[in-house]
Amino acid sequence: MTDLLRRLLRTPQGAIGSALLVLLALLCLLGPELAPRDPEAIDFLGRFRPPGAQNWLGADQLGRDVLSRLMTGARSTIPLALLATLLGTLAGAVIGTLSAYLGGRWDEAIMRNVDAVMAIPGLLLALLLVSSLGKGSLNATLAIAIAFTPGMARVTRSVALNVRAQDYVKAALARGERASFIVLREMLPNVVGPVVVETTIRVAFAVMLFATLSFLGLGAQPPAPEWGLMVAEARRFVHQAPWIILAPALAIGVTAIAFNLLGDGLRDALNPRDER
Amino acid sequence: MSTGWLLRRLFLVAYTVLVVSVLVFAITQVLPADAAVTLLGENATPEALAAVRDRLGLNDPIWLQYWHWLTAALTGDFGHSMRTGQPVAPMMLTALSRSLLLALLSILLMLAVAVPLGLWAALRQGKAADLVTGFISYIGVSLPEFVTATLLLIVLADWLQWLPATGYVPPGEDFWDSMAHLVLPVLTVSVIMVAHVSRMVRSETIDVLHSDYIRAARLKGLAPRSVLLRHVLRNALLPVITIVALDVGYLLGGIIVVEEIFALPGIGRQLIVAITARDLPAIQAGALVMAVTYAVASTLADIAYALLDRRIRYD
Repeated sequence: MTDLLRRLLRTPQGAIGSALLVLLALLCLLGPELAPRDPEAIDFLGRFRPPGAQNWLGADQLGRDVLSRLMTGARSTIPLALLATLLGTLAGAVIGTLSAYLGGRWDEAIMRNVDAVMAIPGLLLALLLVSSLGKGSLNATLAIAIAFTPGMARVTRSVALNVRAQDYVKAALARGERASFIVLREMLPNVVGPVVVETTIRVAFAVMLFATLSFLGLGAQPPAPEWGLMVAEARRFVHQAPWIILAPALAIGVTAIAFNLLGDGLRDALNPRDER
Repeated sequence: MSTGWLLRRLFLVAYTVLVVSVLVFAITQVLPADAAVTLLGENATPEALAAVRDRLGLNDPIWLQYWHWLTAALTGDFGHSMRTGQPVAPMMLTALSRSLLLALLSILLMLAVAVPLGLWAALRQGKAADLVTGFISYIGVSLPEFVTATLLLIVLADWLQWLPATGYVPPGEDFWDSMAHLVLPVLTVSVIMVAHVSRMVRSETIDVLHSDYIRAARLKGLAPRSVLLRHVLRNALLPVITIVALDVGYLLGGIIVVEEIFALPGIGRQLIVAITARDLPAIQAGALVMAVTYAVASTLADIAYALLDRRIRYD
């Protein structure tokens, strides 16, 4: 494990990605305590105040401090994107591993249906689900998790098919172990490595998707300082005060870049032979 | 490519459409909206509500409702919009034609930029040009469409005032004005795809450059230009077809956001409007049309791949 970490930090992507993610994690943990001002405090005299000594990143259409909202908002964006990806990965991993374990007709049937569900673009499926679950952060999280499940099932299955052919699985089968034991205890742990890489890159998607849903008014609801929602609310004031939009937009971009970098770094660290 | 393989692919498309239709119907049925109340308003009498429910078949068992909806949809009848009272199908087809124009222009722009860019990066592997394109494509992949759109809007429409910010003009009305309104949406949608596809072209080209047949072509004295165009490009572009087909999924998602931001009345915007208004028939039609478009696009890509790559034998 420490060996993997060392190799990860030696790749430029892994090092930069990890550094950015440590910063973002600190922001999620301590953001509200470190924020210079109350993110909800309205100040009508300070509306559209440009970045300066009083508000480092300026003030928004209600005179709220953009930097404080950004710092507090990390908490309502990143953990939910992580949760959505983890739920989707978990569900997908179970389905994919089960499919590979069952093999033959069952595998064929499960995978055909997974392919069919994947014919619905992720954002469209998430939109449909949120529209029936109702808008809100938690429902958006659930919708993203469900939208991610078929893709993760596909990735896990192809990895699990390799694991399925290994001797220790054959040994477990020969011992007459129960199916649930073989899938959960023998196969799943060995599928984890490549799936983690895929998951990390998916978190970047989840951050983007979550912010997009909030932007469209279906995720986090006002006055939450969620980043996508901040961009949506600031859109009308783009002429007067572009900084209200630029700050959360860049925050979303940096977060997605951090997870993409970490994913690429992890892939290189796990496959030292692959130079690209 | 044999007939059997083709038939199997077509069967899979049909099956995909069936599963998608079940999903779309099931998800929209859970919507916490009573169609009868939506149509008649909150103050309708119970008798009137019951009559409308009866007429719409809302009292039928769910599978029967699904069957009626599916069979009608297959003949192109998606019912009437609850918002406007107009038939949904013509509305969605008009919207789809606008979205397809946006999609087509985006794919053309993407190919025109991404292929040379990927090739260029591959030929200068490890040098500054390669690193810079890599870095830029990284940023491209990591910005959601609504952020890219907003940034482009601020710079090109607001600061430089080169382009109209939002709105839609039909191409038949004023062609150049129509195109000017499409520039920002097309740019936004292309960015993510350019980033993806140029990375793919780069890594495929590098693989091909290291292959034995390219060394053979060089050793037999072919001009570098001819090696590049006739041998490298052709083999490197094959896998790109698959990635482009996969990207149609992103494209459709991107179109939803982009049309909403730039007030372009395509299928994505219709879908958002329908979702906000809880307009069941319109949601169902929009979602089904988009999913079918995607399924057909990826099947066409599979067939194109099989036609172009003679090495692969399908049974």
